[in-house]
Amino acid sequence: MADQPKIAMRCEGLQRYLGQDEGRVHVLKGVTFEAHAGHVYAIVGPSGCGKSTLLYLLGLLDQPDAGKIWINGQLMSNSLDAVRTAARGEHIGFVFQFHFLMLEFTCIENVMMPMKKLGRLTPLQMVERATRLLDSVGLGDKVHRLGTHLSGGEQQRVAVARAMANQPTIILADEPTGNLDVKNASLVFDLLTSLAKDNGQAVVLVTHNPDIAHRCDFTRPMRDGVFV
Amino acid sequence: MSQNFRIALRFLTAKKRAMLMSLSCIILGVGLFIVTQAATTGFQEFFIKTILGTNGAILIQDKVQATMRSIASGGYNSGYEIRQKEGQKYIEGIDYPEILTGGVKAFRNVSGVSAVLRETVTIHSSFREQTGQAYGILLADHLRVSSLGSQIVAGSIEDFRVQQAGALVGRVIADKLQLDPGDTFEIVDKNDVHHYRVSAIYQTGVNDIDSVRVYLKMDDARALFKKPTGATYLQVSLIERDRAREDAAEMTNSLGYRADAWQDREKSWLGVFKAFRVATAITVSVFTLIAGLAMFNTLAMIVLEKTKEIAILRSMGYTREDISTIFLWQAAIVLAIGTLVGCALGGIITYAVSQYPMPITGIFTSHKFLVQWSKWHYIEAVIISVLTVMVASLMPSRRAARLEPGDIIRGTAQ
Repeated sequence: MADQPKIAMRCEGLQRYLGQDEGRVHVLKGVTFEAHAGHVYAIVGPSGCGKSTLLYLLGLLDQPDAGKIWINGQLMSNSLDAVRTAARGEHIGFVFQFHFLMLEFTCIENVMMPMKKLGRLTPLQMVERATRLLDSVGLGDKVHRLGTHLSGGEQQRVAVARAMANQPTIILADEPTGNLDVKNASLVFDLLTSLAKDNGQAVVLVTHNPDIAHRCDFTRPMRDGVFV
Repeated sequence: MSQNFRIALRFLTAKKRAMLMSLSCIILGVGLFIVTQAATTGFQEFFIKTILGTNGAILIQDKVQATMRSIASGGYNSGYEIRQKEGQKYIEGIDYPEILTGGVKAFRNVSGVSAVLRETVTIHSSFREQTGQAYGILLADHLRVSSLGSQIVAGSIEDFRVQQAGALVGRVIADKLQLDPGDTFEIVDKNDVHHYRVSAIYQTGVNDIDSVRVYLKMDDARALFKKPTGATYLQVSLIERDRAREDAAEMTNSLGYRADAWQDREKSWLGVFKAFRVATAITVSVFTLIAGLAMFNTLAMIVLEKTKEIAILRSMGYTREDISTIFLWQAAIVLAIGTLVGCALGGIITYAVSQYPMPITGIFTSHKFLVQWSKWHYIEAVIISVLTVMVASLMPSRRAARLEPGDIIRGTAQ
């Protein structure tokens, strides 16, 4: 029997309400989910079904109203802000629909930003790793270019490299190809999944793109705040 | 260079114009604060030096005599009494100045003592007459307790020393009576007329002094006032001028004569200077206040513009403290540049103002603007701007730190 891959992230009975008073909406109604290292998961579903909300909870950017989240075996839900912040820096990489690059900084500076916060590498090691990551996403010749001087596809590829910077346990991607043309979307997806698989990282991505979803290892459709 | 500092530096460029506005206000606030403080304290210091150089640090006058604290009224044991408020009275003048001088010189902080005999007189020249005050002095003693030697603007103090019936006349009196060195004039005291020759004209720069005082030799003054002994007061100079109050109190207690320190004698003028200095400081600090408001406004705008960046930094593991620090660094960078340039500007303007020929007449007479160089003006200016700008920066930086990354990203993504 083959070894079961390590559980990178697990959540159990996640519930989340958004809004207040009469506008309060029960967005997640008890979601249980597991992501294993080296696998790519697609969460699909219609707009407003709670995909992104789930992703932000898994990424410890938001707090669930009920339920539990474990990252790398450690219970994280409802822990202190400082603990969650540290866990984000160490275990989680994000890729959003918008690249969210710091446009005043160069590509290499953007990629080095999470490394500098974590502070595990020497400055030289950071430069080497960032250069290698940018090279692997096809931007080896543009490491010192400002974010403003890149195309949309290139910016998103820098965002992928940045998400990989600290070799996180899990990469969470919210519509990472949503703003890209078909060619660039395919390129970014391939880069994201191949890099993650090479490093034994789990990828959970939210997408509306059926082609992208189809190319993932697992697809989890969502409707009305629950997996169906 | 810390990562937060590096990010702050880059964020600064996002609102160049607004930041330049804050920077300009800090520079102006710091610079003008330094200039106005240098000028106001310059005039105050000039006044103090003149007062000390003319009237000394301590004046000893009026013998203190203890009186009964209460007087029985209506007979002994009547139950009625009239209470006296202070229990002591003052007798004008000093009977034995030589003996008292010996006692005063025993104080360690005393550098010189001069006995002075003073009377109000009428001064006549061939041109006109005016009321003034004649001061009888022993020149050698008086030069030790005053700056009279360096205040001569015409004639010579040596002439005063050797000339018979010589006099030192204040600049303002000399101008009014049209007197020059070598001219003769009369002093009338109680219908006695005495003739004197102008040996020299002095100028302290303080109008109240230069317009009334005529210095005579002690023997001439005694002859004029018909007072063969005694003195009106003793003028005392000190090594440490700021200890005058303590020394004066000790002298009063131990010598039995009332001793007045310069700080108490010139209380009203010193109060005016203090009020003026505080008023200008408050007025000029308006610039710093505007700088604080501009900084608040600019940082608040940057927080609004950089919410996505804040969210992404938080998603990468940057703590709330990091975010707050990034924004406080921005304020600190502008503040550091502003205060440095402001200090330099203040120093340059102060120097320029002090060099520019500007005749001042009135209460004071000076050929140029009086300034005082003090590190405390710079320190105070920096403290005021640091407090104002950093307090103004706290709110936007705390707001930035409080932003929830999930809310920001959700708002943008959806």
